[in-house]
Amino acid sequence: MTKVDHATQPAPANVEFSQVGKRLTRTDAPGKAAGKTPFAGDYVMPGMLHVKVVRADIASARLRRLDVSKARALQGVVCVITAADLPDRMVATDIPGQTGQKRLDTDQQILVRERVRYFGEPLALIAAETRDIAEQAMELVEFELEPTPGVYDPEEALKPGAPIVQGTDNVVAQHKIKKGDVEAGFAEADVIVENTFKTPFQEHAFLEPEVGLAWIDENDVVNIRVSTQVIEHFRAVADAIDVPHNKVRIRGAMIGGGFGGKEDMTVELYLALLAKQTQRPVRLEYTREDSFVGHGKRHPFKLTYRTGVTNEGKITAVDVQIIADSGAYVFLSPYVLLYAAVAAPGPYRVDNLNVYARAVATNNMFTSAFRGFGGLQACAAYEQQMDEVAKAIGMDRIEFRRRNFLKSGEPISTGFIPPSAIWTDQCVEKAWAALGEPTPARGPIKIGQGIAAYQQSYGRLTFLHDTSEAWVGVEMDGTVVVRSGVTDIGAGQTSALGQIAVEVLGVTLENVVIYNSDSAVTPLAGTTTATRALYMTGNATKMAAEAVRERLVERAAKEFGVDPDEVDMAFNAVFVIDNPDKSMTFIELVRICALEGIHRSELAMFRAPFSGYLDPETGQGQAHPDYTYGAHAIEVSVDTDTGEVKVLKSIAAHDVGQCINPAAVEGQIEGGAQNGQGYALSEEMLYEEGRLVTPSFSEYLMPTSMDVPKVECIILESRSGIGPFGAKGIGEPAMTPVAPAIANAVADAIGVRVHEMPITPERIVKAMRDAAFQLDRGAHREE
Amino acid sequence: MSREKMITLRINGRNEETSVPPHRTLLEALRELGHVEVKSGCEKGDCGTCAVLVDGIALDSCLTLAWMAEGREITTVSGLGEGDAPHPLQQAFSDGGGIQCGYCTPGMIIAAKSMIDRNPDPSEDDIRIGLSGNLCRCTGYTKIFEAVTEAASVMRARGAS
Repeated sequence: MTKVDHATQPAPANVEFSQVGKRLTRTDAPGKAAGKTPFAGDYVMPGMLHVKVVRADIASARLRRLDVSKARALQGVVCVITAADLPDRMVATDIPGQTGQKRLDTDQQILVRERVRYFGEPLALIAAETRDIAEQAMELVEFELEPTPGVYDPEEALKPGAPIVQGTDNVVAQHKIKKGDVEAGFAEADVIVENTFKTPFQEHAFLEPEVGLAWIDENDVVNIRVSTQVIEHFRAVADAIDVPHNKVRIRGAMIGGGFGGKEDMTVELYLALLAKQTQRPVRLEYTREDSFVGHGKRHPFKLTYRTGVTNEGKITAVDVQIIADSGAYVFLSPYVLLYAAVAAPGPYRVDNLNVYARAVATNNMFTSAFRGFGGLQACAAYEQQMDEVAKAIGMDRIEFRRRNFLKSGEPISTGFIPPSAIWTDQCVEKAWAALGEPTPARGPIKIGQGIAAYQQSYGRLTFLHDTSEAWVGVEMDGTVVVRSGVTDIGAGQTSALGQIAVEVLGVTLENVVIYNSDSAVTPLAGTTTATRALYMTGNATKMAAEAVRERLVERAAKEFGVDPDEVDMAFNAVFVIDNPDKSMTFIELVRICALEGIHRSELAMFRAPFSGYLDPETGQGQAHPDYTYGAHAIEVSVDTDTGEVKVLKSIAAHDVGQCINPAAVEGQIEGGAQNGQGYALSEEMLYEEGRLVTPSFSEYLMPTSMDVPKVECIILESRSGIGPFGAKGIGEPAMTPVAPAIANAVADAIGVRVHEMPITPERIVKAMRDAAFQLDRGAHREE
Repeated sequence: MSREKMITLRINGRNEETSVPPHRTLLEALRELGHVEVKSGCEKGDCGTCAVLVDGIALDSCLTLAWMAEGREITTVSGLGEGDAPHPLQQAFSDGGGIQCGYCTPGMIIAAKSMIDRNPDPSEDDIRIGLSGNLCRCTGYTKIFEAVTEAASVMRARGAS
C-alpha cells in the first residue's frame, strides 16, 4: 500500500490530457437514462417486512404513556420497538466515519424515552408483513404527550430562565476568531457600518426520500442497503446495536440526491435494530412528510456585521456576532459553526477581526450539514454587508471589493495561507462583465444587478485527520477496474475517478468500471461530504493508478530498450515519445506483465494535511486543506406592486483549479444556482411552536423549470488546487455566492435592503413601505 | 381488509397480471411488478418523479389508481428506445449532462416525450411549461432544457418518435 503525505505538486501548465478535462459522457449516465440503475429503494428480498416510524406530534413534551399492545396484536405486525426495548441504547451523532475522536454529550436517544425535544422525534418502530398493515398499526399506537415549555428562538434560548434543551445553557458550541486589534481598527475608520442579516432553515429536498433494506446474512453480519453519503456509519450502527464493527456492512447505491441531508444517519439504525430483532429482511422508505420532519435542516443564522472602512475603501476592522439555531440535538452544529466563523470575513483581507459565534439549542428541528455548511450562511451576510459598506462610502461595489480582495499567498482569518491561487478578482471581473447592461425597467418592474464573491473550503477540517483509499487494477484484457468506497450523490463522483484512472493509464473511459460504496468490500474512501470526494478519493485513485503505470511503463521501456521516462501511454497505446515507431498496444503490454507476474494493481491511501485544533481563544491555525474562490452575478426584475422577483440573468465564474469533466463542473454550478435561488427567494420552512406546517413540495417551494434562468458558467483553471491534476472542489462553492448575489440585485432594484431571507414578495413590499414611511417622516421632520 | 381484484396492465407493450386492492396506486402496482425504473418522490403529485405515459400522455402514477389504468398503454422510461438502442431523449440526457443523481430522470424523460409528441419543435418556453410538473434538485434544469431541445431535433430529423 502506498502512503504519501500530501499531493502538493500541481500539474505542469499546458499539459495535454487525453481524458481529463474532456466533456465525456459520465459512466453512470446511460444506465440512469435507461432506467436501469438501481437505487437503494429498488431492492427487495423474499420475506421482507415493511417498517414505519411513529413520531411525536408535539415539539416539547414529556412522554407520559406509550402503549403499543394493540399495534402488536394486529395480525401481520411482526415487531414493535420502543425505548423500553432498548435499555440505555444511544446513538452517536458526531462526525461520522472518523478517527475515533468523539465530542462529549453528542449522543442521542434512539427512540424517545421520556422527553420529546422536537416535532417528529421517533417514538416507536413497527415492522409488518405489508406496508398497509404497518400503516394501520401506526394508528393503534397509543401515546400521551404532556406539553412542557419549549423554546423556538435561539436568542430566547440564551436568556436566563429559558427552558434548557441541551447542556446547562443551551449553548452547544462556540468559536472565536481574534486577529489584530479591532478597537484600533475601528478608530482608524472613517465610517462604521452595522447590519444584521437573517438566514432561514432550508430543506435539502433530494427527490429520493430516505430508504433502506437490511438483513442478517449467513455470517451474522447485519447488511444494510441504504441511500447514504456516508457508508462509514457502519461503525456507529455497530456500536448502537452492540455488535463488533466487522459485523455491520453498509452497501450504498447511486444516491438520489443528498446535499448534506444524507450525511447523518437516516434509516440505518432503525433497520439494523429491526433486522436483529426479527431476523428477517426489513425495508423502510420515508414518505415525503417523514423526510421533511425526519432529517436535519440547514441552520438558520443571525449574523451582525460591524465594518470599519476608510473613505478610500480600505476595510480597517470587522466584528461579527453569529447565533445559529442548532435545533433540538447537536449533530454537526459545532463544525457548521466553525466553518461560518472561519469564513466570516469572506475573501477579503481583514487584519483586525473579531468573530464570536454560538450555536444554540432550541425545540426546533435539529440542524446539521447542508451544502455550504456554515460558510454559505456567512457569505449570505458578508456579501450583503460589502454592498452596504460600499454604499455608505459612495464607492462602486466592484471597486470596493477589488481594493480588499485577499490575494494569493495572503493569510485568511485563521492566519493560514491557502496553498493554491486566489483568483477572486478575475472571477468577479468576468462574471460582472458577462452580466452586461441591465434590461430596461418598465413601469413598476424595476431591474437590479448584484454580485457576490466567496471563499469556501474543500476537504474536511484538518484536525479530523482525513484519509481516503482507492484501488486501481488492470485486467488481462487491458480493461481497468477502480474500487473505492466513495458514495456517488449524483455529482459524478465515480465517473471522475474513472476519468482520472484512465488518464494516468493511457486508456479511454469506456474501458473502465468503477465499483463503489460498500463498507466491507471496497476500500474505505471516507464520506462524500465537505466537497472532499474528488480532492481526497481523486488523489487516492491517481496515486494508485500512477503506481500501476510506473510498473507497466518500466516493463515497456525494457521492451523498447529505452529509459522509462522516454515512454508514454495514451489512447490505449504505449510508445516511445520521440520514436513512435517503437510502440505496442496497451493490451500487449498488459499481457506481458501478466505472464511475468508484474503486479497490475495498487491500493493507495491519500492523507489530507493533518493539523491540531485551532487556538480556542484566537481561532488561529489551519482549519481546512485549501479553499475555492469565485463569484456569482445576478440580474433580477422586481415588480414593485406585488414584490414578485424574477431572476433574469445568472452568471457564475469559479476557479476550479482543473476541470476533470467540464460538463460535470457546469452541472454543479447550474444546480448550485437553482438551490441558492430557492434559498434566497422562495424556500421557507414555517414552524409553529416547532411544528413544521410546510411538509410538502406544494408548500415548500423550490424553483421549477419555470423559475430559473439558464446559467452561464465561466470556468477558470488556475491548476493550483491540491486535488488531482491541480483541481479544486466545486460542489459546495457553486451554491455559496448565489443567494447574496440575488439579495444584492434585489436591493439594487428597489433601493431598499431586505435583511431576512427568503426575500419573499411580502418582505419586499413591507420593506418598501417601511422605507417610504421613514422617508415620509424624515421629510416632515425637515419641514 | 379491502377486497383485491385481478387486473391486467399493458406495460411497455406486454400484458401483466396483478392482484390489487382498490386503493393501490399505479405507482405502487408498477413497482411491485418489478418496474422499479418508475421512481417514487412524494406520492402526492407534487414532483413528477413517478411520471409514466398512459395512452401517450404523461401522468403522475402516484395519482392514478392501478385499476383505472386497465386497458391503457402504459410506457415507462424503460419502454422507450428500440432494443438496446437508447431513445434520442435518453441519449441526449446522457451525453449532454442532463443527468446528475438520476432520480428525477425517468419522470423527466417521460414528461419530455409526452410534450415532444404533441409539439415536435418546442421553444424553450414550451419546454419549461412541459417540464413544469417535474422537479429536479441537482441540475438547475439548464442542461435538461438543452437535452430536450437536442432530442427534439434528432427526433424531427428521424421523422419518428
